[in-house]
Amino acid sequence: MSDQIELRGVTKVFGGGLFERDRNVALEGVSLTVATDRPAITAVAGESGSGKTTLARLLLGVIEPTSGQVLYNGKDLRKMSRDERRQFRREVQPIFQDPFEVYNPFYKIDHIFSVPVAKYQMASSKAEARKLVHGALEMVGLRPQETLGRYPHQLSGGQRQRAMVARALLLKPRVILADEPVSMVDASLRATILESVRRLNRELGISVVYITHDLTTAYQISDNIIVLYKGRIAEAGAVEHVIRDPRHPYTQLLVQSIPQPKPDKRWSAYELEAGTAGRAGSTGCKFADRCPSAMQSCWDTVPPLYQREPHRVASCFMYRDVPIMDGNDVATVFRQPARRGPDAAAAAPVSERA
Amino acid sequence: MTTVAPLHGAGVPATGKPVLEVRDLRVHYDTDVGQVPAVDGASFSLQSGERLALVGESGSGKTTLAMALLRLTRPPGRIVSGEVLLNGQDLLKLDDKEMRGVRLSGIALVQQGAMNSMNPVVRVREQLLDGLYDHGIKLTKVEARERVAQLLTGVGLTPEVADMFPHELSGGMKQRVCIATATSLGPKVIVADEPTSALDVVVQRQVMVTLGRLQAGLHAAVVLVGHDMGLVAQFADTIGVMYAGKLVEVAPVAQIFGRPLHPYTKLLIESLPTLDHKQEKFVGIPGLPPALLDLPPGCVFHPRCPSVMEHCRGLAPGLREEQSRRWVACHLFPGEQVRNA
Amino acid sequence: MQPAVARTRFGIERRLTGRWLTTYRYARRNPALLMGLAILSALFLFWAVGSLMVDSSEARPLSAPPDLRPSLEYPLGTDRVGRNIFAVIVSGTVLTLRIGLIAGAVGISIGTVLAFVAGYYGGWIDAVIRGVVDTLITVPQLLILIIIAASVRGGLNVEQMGLVIATLSWTRPARVMRAQVLTMRQRSYVEVARLSGMSGPEVIFRELMPNLMPYIVASFVLAVAGGILASVGLEALGLGPLESPTLGVTIYWNIYYSSLLHGMWWWWGPPMLIIVLLFVGLFLVTAGLDEWANPRLRKRI
Repeated sequence: MSDQIELRGVTKVFGGGLFERDRNVALEGVSLTVATDRPAITAVAGESGSGKTTLARLLLGVIEPTSGQVLYNGKDLRKMSRDERRQFRREVQPIFQDPFEVYNPFYKIDHIFSVPVAKYQMASSKAEARKLVHGALEMVGLRPQETLGRYPHQLSGGQRQRAMVARALLLKPRVILADEPVSMVDASLRATILESVRRLNRELGISVVYITHDLTTAYQISDNIIVLYKGRIAEAGAVEHVIRDPRHPYTQLLVQSIPQPKPDKRWSAYELEAGTAGRAGSTGCKFADRCPSAMQSCWDTVPPLYQREPHRVASCFMYRDVPIMDGNDVATVFRQPARRGPDAAAAAPVSERA
Repeated sequence: MTTVAPLHGAGVPATGKPVLEVRDLRVHYDTDVGQVPAVDGASFSLQSGERLALVGESGSGKTTLAMALLRLTRPPGRIVSGEVLLNGQDLLKLDDKEMRGVRLSGIALVQQGAMNSMNPVVRVREQLLDGLYDHGIKLTKVEARERVAQLLTGVGLTPEVADMFPHELSGGMKQRVCIATATSLGPKVIVADEPTSALDVVVQRQVMVTLGRLQAGLHAAVVLVGHDMGLVAQFADTIGVMYAGKLVEVAPVAQIFGRPLHPYTKLLIESLPTLDHKQEKFVGIPGLPPALLDLPPGCVFHPRCPSVMEHCRGLAPGLREEQSRRWVACHLFPGEQVRNA
Repeated sequence: MQPAVARTRFGIERRLTGRWLTTYRYARRNPALLMGLAILSALFLFWAVGSLMVDSSEARPLSAPPDLRPSLEYPLGTDRVGRNIFAVIVSGTVLTLRIGLIAGAVGISIGTVLAFVAGYYGGWIDAVIRGVVDTLITVPQLLILIIIAASVRGGLNVEQMGLVIATLSWTRPARVMRAQVLTMRQRSYVEVARLSGMSGPEVIFRELMPNLMPYIVASFVLAVAGGILASVGLEALGLGPLESPTLGVTIYWNIYYSSLLHGMWWWWGPPMLIIVLLFVGLFLVTAGLDEWANPRLRKRI
């Protein structure tokens, strides 16, 4: 109940209102808990239009759900007092995708550090502030002399992104929401940034929600994963299961389509879709029009999350013989890492992996 | 400067003259503080039907090179020297009118985000026919309809798409229309500059498979520019690795991934995440790519190279044939300097 | 250029090359801006030197013999009622400019505040402000100003002229800047600032305002130029401060005394020349600033 962000039955609809035409159901009926006492890295994967960005913004408290609740440590975000809200803001921090847009070109890089330090009263003196900022930068592998005092356009994309990670670090949040942190960064730098994110989790005990469309990095860095398709959870569970042995037809399609850097393992011959539009107004599974195994029931009702194994659920009628997941919260099927939260004394041994 | 003998991709036999030959191409950018060598002496050649992928990170010069092949370099960029021979004809020596005639019919471009530069008030049909008419092809209404339907089915779209507007299509469909436009005149070389970077993984696969099929049908060569190593592994026959404006390694795709020679290529391959097993540590390439205004002396990669030798600081290695069909620009592989006859 | 060293917030020394160097290099590449500034500087010099040579009392009637042609003692001659035209021009330039500045400053202030409020907060506030702005823009400005000026009893002085013009000069800047605010509001750095604890007004002032400076300055200069034109228009019709030797009022007296018919070119020539120079100078500066604010117009990197 304590120490977590929770989405309870959240649905988010954009548009609608007086002018019905542009009604877009970005997210529908999602329940998820991100725990902070046992910090894990949870990936939220999906293509564009899957609702993953909307999910991130709901977790950050930047937008409000159309129905359902977003709770932090048991308290609904909309009902928080100003101080509670401030606390929430401080403890849940983002890392955004575009390493250029996040910087105000008028200010030097120092600005993104100085503002939160001042606003959240993190240091009692200039010297202390300096120490904090230098420490954060060094933790992500940046040298303060080369980074501070420069304008954003004077640094490379990789450096800017790492500075963003340093900013997140600086605030010592409980949860970091990383929205495609490496998609706009060169391949050689991705590894460094991902390693920093992993360190954040392992050494500082920060929970990370890693939002991406890149399943390979999601597999490498996260413990558990949720695969979204058109606003609903298609499959979720321990990343080893979902990625290496996908059960939902959509996840299978996704994993098959990943271009692997192996010239001897090429994409197999593939039936070209002639670009279909879905059947309008269907109340069933959103993937039905593209699914090779679609049955009549798929068009009529949305399949619930069937749980075939302890650490995986899939929303597909192919598994209707197995029991449905208990409760609503998808996180109950996640595998808990052995690592402790920031409050625990020593770091748990790293050998135990998800 | 080293000139390179014709190079062939794996599995593509050397059947006579190459369809595209680039010799010592240099493209510079004019800035207030001097000239920046965005592409510094690139040389390679392509056979008909061969797929070459130019890979590199931002600032490597790959997009500049691709644009230069089509003579689409805009100021402040400038092609300084070199030759681009399309079936023996040097494109750099043509005047503007002649070049316009060659573009699309001889060598075509599919760009990153091409789908976003489609005219939103023009139907797909007209966009497809536009290029044809521009090149002086006259068609009756019936012929035009048939041609458009043909082009659309060629990329896996239904003929009904012809009457739609761009905003009615998905990203992948739009990009396929762009591919159809690019191949409408049967060019011999297709240059694709990160054609799928804005697309989802599933759609990306469709689009690349479509491109491959079309290209095979036309027996055209493809120059694919990208930074996604996985994508090029799936698609290309030959890979050219670029770094700071120079081609540092060119080899058949299996060898680039199986046995990379140049230290940069090696580090790049090693940094790729895999789906096989969870990695303990993520390895990147330490340091930063050099600012093109301030290139290190000697080999451009030497400040970041794990196998750097004293030699490397002084002398820049040219591209040399290390074994048949492989070229490396590195002092570790002295090889033989090959001169063009 | 001597690189200066500055201590930044967190104790790192950084040479002051970045912004100043770029500014200097940029000025070389933007001829419009340079020329505009040159013209305005020349006018300023003219005024500075001129005010050393004459003082404003000589711009009053009966301070010199009338109808004199230009000579060494009276460089621009005198008018029909004995004003030293050189003194008239020297004072008039400043007065006219002052009107323009008042109109511009007040106009920009109102316009900017409304633009930010409308653009940042959106909703019904935006709808209301937008409606008012769009309506007022379509109204013929000079007509309204004439009505206002003519209804004020006892005529207007210089400052009041400025304020009258300001009543309408804020609309265009408001519109331009609202559009810019709308664009900038979407940027990620605004979101980051909010998540770092900044409040709405703070975001406006610290994040958005600095980036809007080019637009604010350009709009200001344009508003000044517009204000000058509007004031000259009103004054030439006789609705201005008739006791002050502003350029527009001088033109009014020219019309009143038919100086054109009498061939007194030293009386009608100078005010027109100065007005043209002022306006062209301000316009070039705006065009130059426009290029700066909108990087797409730049011809080189």
